[in-house]
Amino acid sequence: MVTTKTTKNGGTGENPSPSSPTIPPVVKKLANFFFTVTLTFIGLTAITFIIGRVMPADPVLAIVGDRASQETYDLVYHKLGLDKPLIQQYLLYLWQILQGDLGKSIMTSRDVLDDLIRFFPATLELAPIATIIGLFLGVPMGVLAAVNQGRWIDHVVRIVGLFGYSVPIFWLGLMALLVFYARLEWLPGPGRIEVFYDGIVEHRTGIILIDSAMQGEWDIFRNAAAHLVLPSAVLATYALAYIARMTRSFMLDQLNQEFVLTARVKGLSELSVIWRHAFKNVLVQLITIIGLTYASLLEGSVLTETIFAWPGIGQYITQSLFNADMNAVIGGTVVVGIGFVGINMLSDMLYRFVDPRARV
Amino acid sequence: MKQQTRSFAIRPLLAGVATVAMIAAGSAIAGTPKDMLVHAKDISDTITLDPAEVFEFTGGEVVANVYDRVMMFEPEDLSKLVGGVAESFSVSDDGKTVTLKIRAGQKFHSGNPVTANDVAYSLQRVIKLKKTPSFIFTQFGWDKDNVDGLIKATGPDTVAVTINSAFSPGLLLNALSAGVGSVVDMQTVEANAKDGDMGYAWMKNHSAASGAYSVKTWKANELIMMEAHQAYRHGTPKMKRVVLRHVAEPSAQRLLLEKGDVDLARDLTPDQIKGLAGNKDIVVDDYPKAALIYLAANGTHPLLGKPDMLNALRYMVDYKGMESSFLAGQYKVHQSFWPSGLWGSLDGQAYKTDMAKAKMLAEQAGAGKGGDPIVIDTLTNPPYPDIAQSIQQSLSELGVKSEIILSEGKTLWPKYRARKHQLIVAQWSPDYVDPHSNADAFAHNPDNRLEAKLTGKPAWRTAYDDKEVTAMTEAAAAELDLVKRKQMYLDLQKKVQSSSNFVMMFQNKEQLARRANVKGYVSGANFDLVFYRNVTK
Repeated sequence: MVTTKTTKNGGTGENPSPSSPTIPPVVKKLANFFFTVTLTFIGLTAITFIIGRVMPADPVLAIVGDRASQETYDLVYHKLGLDKPLIQQYLLYLWQILQGDLGKSIMTSRDVLDDLIRFFPATLELAPIATIIGLFLGVPMGVLAAVNQGRWIDHVVRIVGLFGYSVPIFWLGLMALLVFYARLEWLPGPGRIEVFYDGIVEHRTGIILIDSAMQGEWDIFRNAAAHLVLPSAVLATYALAYIARMTRSFMLDQLNQEFVLTARVKGLSELSVIWRHAFKNVLVQLITIIGLTYASLLEGSVLTETIFAWPGIGQYITQSLFNADMNAVIGGTVVVGIGFVGINMLSDMLYRFVDPRARV
Repeated sequence: MKQQTRSFAIRPLLAGVATVAMIAAGSAIAGTPKDMLVHAKDISDTITLDPAEVFEFTGGEVVANVYDRVMMFEPEDLSKLVGGVAESFSVSDDGKTVTLKIRAGQKFHSGNPVTANDVAYSLQRVIKLKKTPSFIFTQFGWDKDNVDGLIKATGPDTVAVTINSAFSPGLLLNALSAGVGSVVDMQTVEANAKDGDMGYAWMKNHSAASGAYSVKTWKANELIMMEAHQAYRHGTPKMKRVVLRHVAEPSAQRLLLEKGDVDLARDLTPDQIKGLAGNKDIVVDDYPKAALIYLAANGTHPLLGKPDMLNALRYMVDYKGMESSFLAGQYKVHQSFWPSGLWGSLDGQAYKTDMAKAKMLAEQAGAGKGGDPIVIDTLTNPPYPDIAQSIQQSLSELGVKSEIILSEGKTLWPKYRARKHQLIVAQWSPDYVDPHSNADAFAHNPDNRLEAKLTGKPAWRTAYDDKEVTAMTEAAAAELDLVKRKQMYLDLQKKVQSSSNFVMMFQNKEQLARRANVKGYVSGANFDLVFYRNVTK
């Protein structure tokens, strides 16, 4: 039964009419969140599932190999349920997921959920650091370029931006290894950690930095942190280029506004004009850009992960795709998709924090 | 005022650089521990470590070092088949029953003794699980209903194995040296079995074995770590741990090797091998391998099915050109279905590139009269695209238009298995070290009908339907006299070389780069004949 709640003033004024229920904003937001997540989940699973089934790669051969007899092939074909109609296969898969079972991965012979618990933290460790590097270097560079529009510093920032966009990350990764690992010997090579440290730290969060710190294994912490530098720096070049270019563009737009001229005429310091007046107005747009950058790094880091032998989610999904390992592909896609939704939600919340108009 | 702004904005840049420098300081640790052997290798093909199922290169290599097999090729002399878990064997007068005597004093990693029951259980398990490599055993007439009677422990240290088909015991002994001949620890396996699966789910990523190493960890796309078996029958291996570290990118493998962070780099390209010349810390070894690259024509194609066109293909291939250019150092010309260096192989180059002869044969077959271009299918990874291009070039000289389609294996094999290809450049490695392994694939096609679906055999896939060749294959498999048997395989190879739908082209040679201090690594012809147990550093 639905109960209605009337306001003290008898239901008049700003509140809805007494006949309609008042839904608290928090509930509305939560409902909105779950609705978006559900819709994203169904959309992602359906599209990925259909692509997986119509693509020419054969998941049965991924299991039995190309030399299997037809009898062995048929056994696995039926076991995977591939003889059922596509819609039935999808509904069965959805039912399985709703029971918390993402299926088994062909590639790893383990539950996809267990794989995601192992692979996703590796990316979670890499992507935020890359984003932070991009943020802390890209934003000042963008502001600097906008303030010095047309001068040498602007050109330098634009060239850096162009470099970050256009240089193949594959090449950049190899060059970084060659210079900082092989020649200068400043940093360790590929991998998350030296092999002889493997298995010492107990898996709690899967993020080695956190796990090693929690367990007081500071040598391992330092080793893991050092292994993070090169891949995150390489991955950050794209983030840096994108954030710097967009910041420059947003700032140029603001610096040409009349309120900036007014502020200068009023005698405010240049520092105050730039950071307190102009920059504050680009924050909302920047949050969107940073959110998108971070989300794209979650699944877009496959080349960096390959070069640096980093067992992350990008490499997992790509490798699974090559092996027609559709349970793993769908599982990975859903996780990244939900990550996207979560980041969008977080961006929405931050808008309200930085822009009073969004709170109305 | 401007100056103040600039310095304010530059500050975060400097802070970032300083942070990186602080983290990096003193972090690089070079070298691997003295008692640990670290490989840099692409291990992404690993999908199981169960010897009843494993059929992939990396998994096969791991299983070979973890499980002792009934019969074995030992690293001390790879040319000789010797007893592994079985110390000796005897063959009944009718040649149908082989009695295996189990070596005394062997222990599994669990500490359990290795018994005749373990051996019988291991072989029966392969048949009952019916995974892909089980065909190596089912050809002896064993199935889930009769295997308990045909393979049984007849005493605490004896196992009787009875052949239920017209195959020679010599072939059986060779088959027992394949991965499916691995002996598992019955008690451990059964303790981890679920719903009568004979430990199948558990064995995918665990080991229950008596070999030189045990599997400690397998983290897909990250590493496989093995630990030395203290009570191994040949003594404890010197390397306490062996790690296969997943490094997919060959350039990264090279850097790791040069820095000493790995001991062996397994997937270097010819260019990278060349680049290591002059580095005194690195040694490059050549190992002849049994993998063959061949061209297969679909016999149902109106042009490619003609004997003249097939012979034209044999004469048009630029064997030497490819061998001396992009295949240099990694492949050599080999033109018969059984690899050079193994018992029963047919060496020598029967076909040399002769474009004039090829053109004449192609014209006789009716080539060059228009029509749709011939499709050449192959894999995306080197050296297949280059080989396909060379073949395309040769075909164009014959006046035959062609197009190349590059695909991943999971896309290419369904097409090949469904007989929907035209020309395909593919690779084949023996499943076990007996000529029948490849003869069964390339020469045996007892039922060429499409509905027969003998999809595992390239002979059926290409509709190579020669009843005489099929009969020759069956006769060679059944022959008890070794001398006669060898001659039969030589004859069979000659016949297939000149009349089949296959153009055998190249045999692989592995170039493996290791740190100079690594000694005793042995890599045999087959992918599962790689041994770590004699390695020292």
